[in-house]
Amino acid sequence: MASTHRREVELRDDRLGRHAGTLLRLFPMAALALLIVPVAAGLLGIALPAFGYLPALGGNTVSLEPFRMLLAMPGLFRSAFLSFSTGLLATALAFGVATLFVAAWRGTRLFRGLERLVSPLLSVPHAAAAFGLAFLIAPSGFLFRLGSLFLGFERPPDILIVQDRLGLAMVLGLVVKEIPFLFLMALAALPQARAAEMERMTAALGYGRIVGFIYAVLPALYRQLRLPVLAVLAFSTSVVDVALILGPTTPAPLAVRVIDWQHDADLSRHFVAAAGAVLQVGVTGAALLVWLAAERVMAFLCRALVYSGWRARRDAWVRRLASLAMTLSAATVLAGLCLLAFWSVAGWWRFPHVLPRGMTLATWMRLMQNFGMAFRDTLLLAGVSSLAATALALGVLEHAARFGSTGPGRALHALYVPLIAPQVAFLFGLQILFSFAGLDGTFAAVVLVHLVFVFPYVLLSLSDPWSAWDPRYALAVRALGHGRNAIFWRVRLPMLTRPVLVAAALGFAVSVALYLPTLLVGGGRWPTVTTEAVALASGGDPRLVGATALVQAALPFLGFLIAAMVPALFFRHRRAMLASA
Amino acid sequence: MSGESAGGLVLRDVAIDLDGEHLVRLDAAVNPGEVLTVMGPSGVGKSTLLAFVGGFLGRDFRARGRILLNGRDVTALPPERRGIGLLFQDALLLPHLSVAGNLLIGLTPSVKGRVARRQAVEAALAEVGLEGFSDRDPATLSGGQAARVALMRTLLARPEALVLDEPFSRLDVALRGQVRALVFEEARKYGLPVLLVTHDPEDARAAGGPIVELVPAG
Repeated sequence: MASTHRREVELRDDRLGRHAGTLLRLFPMAALALLIVPVAAGLLGIALPAFGYLPALGGNTVSLEPFRMLLAMPGLFRSAFLSFSTGLLATALAFGVATLFVAAWRGTRLFRGLERLVSPLLSVPHAAAAFGLAFLIAPSGFLFRLGSLFLGFERPPDILIVQDRLGLAMVLGLVVKEIPFLFLMALAALPQARAAEMERMTAALGYGRIVGFIYAVLPALYRQLRLPVLAVLAFSTSVVDVALILGPTTPAPLAVRVIDWQHDADLSRHFVAAAGAVLQVGVTGAALLVWLAAERVMAFLCRALVYSGWRARRDAWVRRLASLAMTLSAATVLAGLCLLAFWSVAGWWRFPHVLPRGMTLATWMRLMQNFGMAFRDTLLLAGVSSLAATALALGVLEHAARFGSTGPGRALHALYVPLIAPQVAFLFGLQILFSFAGLDGTFAAVVLVHLVFVFPYVLLSLSDPWSAWDPRYALAVRALGHGRNAIFWRVRLPMLTRPVLVAAALGFAVSVALYLPTLLVGGGRWPTVTTEAVALASGGDPRLVGATALVQAALPFLGFLIAAMVPALFFRHRRAMLASA
Repeated sequence: MSGESAGGLVLRDVAIDLDGEHLVRLDAAVNPGEVLTVMGPSGVGKSTLLAFVGGFLGRDFRARGRILLNGRDVTALPPERRGIGLLFQDALLLPHLSVAGNLLIGLTPSVKGRVARRQAVEAALAEVGLEGFSDRDPATLSGGQAARVALMRTLLARPEALVLDEPFSRLDVALRGQVRALVFEEARKYGLPVLLVTHDPEDARAAGGPIVELVPAG
């Protein structure tokens, strides 16, 4: 009796399972399409107008005219060079600090402390961090107010620090935000590089900590860090929001000017913008090539050093420098957030005063009256896109678990396609295509573009805990007569509640912070907290900037808080489910 | 004790505690060319003792006692300044370098010049019967060959003592005897005091030196 019953269940489940199998097959295909089609279509979408073809604006013939007009733009070369140089510098600094810190301090108390800080730091959106940095280092900023206490100057010094011509403030803003990202990626890759064992081995051979790490751990580590580093480089050479807040204006970096031309009332400027976007692809590509060449040179130099047997034991000063740079970078972001909070409630706060005279909630009242819509749209966009990305990621991972491969494997590389293609180029192209189809500014289009950026992070975050799950649970439950779907819904998913929620929260954070995708594809119809905050960059109302940017920084944090609290509540009587928290 | 003046490795009144519990107590001297074998069931603190001698002891441990190497007190020195060579369970060859590259990383910097360094590496390979292996990918070596390369990498750094952490346990039984004999022979040739940690009584017998049995302390 019991056995017939079980067979029936099995049969039914098998039929269901096969049906689900075909459905499941759609997930990896959809994911791959999501990662590649928008980028490819977007790049095509700018290539045509860049060569003069855009019938909607009367461009019916292919010509080089847009490029001729582009080259005639004043300061074009300087703009392109700024994008190239600031991007390379920011990436090199962030990579250098993150890896040197790992080399010098892995396994120490300081290291564990910064390990705990990395996720909160990572969740701070670029724009909020950039505004915070501006409040910190500007001539009228907090550091100079502190300095005036000791040096006694009454007015802000007349120097250009924020928006300096060389773009150094912008580099700094990028560095403090990219260090946590690269640090986190390095943390994930360390076990596979067998860091602890290799460190002991090189130390026993007499090597200083840093050089030992570079010889024995970094080669394996860098293999896994490479795509994230290239993504940072591509992002930094084409960034718009950070450049609008901290970057030079005369001329601005190339990506900012492309957006300006694209928003120009003179529609012929659209062709210039398209040509500029193609140039941006070239600039980012050139920076990537320089980086790849530098990789080769560094590998060659390292090998020569290995062969010489140089022990480099006197590295105490490098270790101290690495810890200083790392802690300063973290402190800069945190201090910036504090300043945002101060400004948001500041009453009268004239220059040499270190703290505001009086507090007021007037700014927050103003914010609530004007930004209710942006707040709602932000939550809506981030909620929908992170849920969709999480569902898609779960489908992709479950498909990989059922049909052969243990993980998404080499297909993971495709995740980096939207992260390495310059946003300004393919998003602009996508916007043109969407407006052809009459879809620009629709909620679906904006969610789709958000998904392109949200999905890679969600999948990256979920794939490690997913494959770390002990498959013997599945075998045990199958032996009880349950099918694969039952295992997924009733065993694997509940057991992985926490990482799934964390991945969703990460997706939420990514979506909240997106600037260019919302701006370009939303066509101004979907103002979010981020687009509103960045739009304030030129206005110069520090109180409103402080409040808006603080909301922008708080939203992702809220997501992670919920992700931490839900499992704690659900599983409060299940000690093993909380153990890893 | 006479070990101090005669040279060799001296572990004087070593006592390591974890969370207020006694873990390891040891007072011993190893003469140059001699092998001291430390045995005991797992969890008795063998690897803790190794970490203490090598300089890798975690901060949770409280250790007292002194480590003297040829009359030099190395207790407070970081691992890279102790002059104590370590051999691990795994060969830990670097996969991105050739066999020669893996030996060059061991070779002391006091051998200078490209040609001289190459020659030292070739000689080391010949010493363990691996002539012509310079350009090989370490991933293509057998377990016994990799163990021999790892041994020579450690010796080329010219350590003053050797510490072996169950270095033969991952080898086939047939190979184990050969590699073991080679390691002890090389250590004797260079006059190195050897501290061997193992749970294999065969290792202890082959070492032919004094044996210390660590027992779970209360």
